[in-house]
Amino acid sequence: MVIPRVIPLLLMRNGGLVKTVRFKNAKYVGDPINAVRIFNEKEVDEIVFLDIEATTSNTGPNFEILENIVSEAFMPFAYGGGINTVEQVRSLYSLGVEKIILNSVTGHDPGLVEMASSIAGSSGVVVSIDVRRSWLGKYSVFVRSGQVDLKRDPVDHAIEMVRLGAGELLVNAIENDGMMEGYDLHLIKRVAEAVSVPVVAAGGAGNLQHFREAVDQGAAAVAAGSIFVFHGKHRAVLITYPEYEELKRVFK
Amino acid sequence: MISIVNYGVSNIGSMLNMMKKIGFPAQVVSTPAEIERADKIILPGVGAFDHGMLALMELGLVIPLKKRIVQDRVPILGVCLGMQLLAKGSEEGVLGGLDLIDGYCIRFQSNGDTSIRIPHMGWNELTIRRESALLERLEGARFYFVHSYHFVCTSQANVLATAYYGNEFTAAVQCNNVWGVQFHPEKSHRFGMTLLSNFARL
Repeated sequence: MVIPRVIPLLLMRNGGLVKTVRFKNAKYVGDPINAVRIFNEKEVDEIVFLDIEATTSNTGPNFEILENIVSEAFMPFAYGGGINTVEQVRSLYSLGVEKIILNSVTGHDPGLVEMASSIAGSSGVVVSIDVRRSWLGKYSVFVRSGQVDLKRDPVDHAIEMVRLGAGELLVNAIENDGMMEGYDLHLIKRVAEAVSVPVVAAGGAGNLQHFREAVDQGAAAVAAGSIFVFHGKHRAVLITYPEYEELKRVFK
Repeated sequence: MISIVNYGVSNIGSMLNMMKKIGFPAQVVSTPAEIERADKIILPGVGAFDHGMLALMELGLVIPLKKRIVQDRVPILGVCLGMQLLAKGSEEGVLGGLDLIDGYCIRFQSNGDTSIRIPHMGWNELTIRRESALLERLEGARFYFVHSYHFVCTSQANVLATAYYGNEFTAAVQCNNVWGVQFHPEKSHRFGMTLLSNFARL
């Protein structure tokens, strides 16, 4: 039995951990290093860290914080946010980041995907695709934390990124982010059908059944934020992660 | 002291972090002289087969590694690509491998099953095929895998453990003092800690 990966997707801003709703209203939820320690103890499958301000503030990756985080991460660790140059890519790998996640840069310099995959192999390169659905139901890829419309269909973008060497795609539905009402299953299905690499569903998970739904539509792994950092209807901050046996039951 | 070979194609940082966490001294080595002095070796690695072999050749490490392992019987643990390089070769490339364990690496076949994505990235439970010091106390343990190719041993006697991804594939190998794991113990939290401690105590 192959059990899909269940990945806490953690957002960082100004060195603190935050959680957004529809890519807005970032709420502070704690210290990133402390969160990684807790997730370590809970034996999570993998951690994805996204610095949501590294691009828009032009600061690039915060290597100092990342070095501290990575030294505490005894599970696969993926980082995205503000990665623009091949030097940054090399620095991240040498810090111990397994996977780098490229997003905004794919809009103006997709060649970085190719270069990164020639350094670490495609399995070290994730392209994250933030997608917004218009009121007409048309999907488009957005970059810069959901602020800039690339006016490109996510399936076309996905195929192109895989051709360039992406070994995995993180597909995030902006309108579902933080809503905890389930993933955009139609989007997941379309992208997963178009590529052969693993597709990680993101945006919208509110319960374990949502994970199952995404996997049934072709996701190879699921990522979630709110469900792992909030507890109860008042969204009190509490870091949790399901037991392995529980996840096994969900995916059986 | 465990010597971790740095030949520019691997995540040395994670391995060092893990060795530090479990409390066994480790150093990074990258020259023939250092290999000749090493008394326990970890060969990590990610990326393409030929790229890995070329990097070892350019650093002049192939002959010292083979000498240290075959003649002096120093234990070596190949991890991920490092395990695949122990083979005679791979479908992925044209160069020969280190040829320390009789076998060849082939690409995963999805056989039309769309749930079998390649590369394989994820956690799998091991099925232990043969008792060994390396996998002691690891029955049913799960490990993190990232790979598109996998090892096929000529002799089943060298297969220590298998895992399932569409088919059973070889997850750990051993022949005398040569050990290899396809998964990443340095990224497999407490299970990886146990495995690397087992190797350190060999």
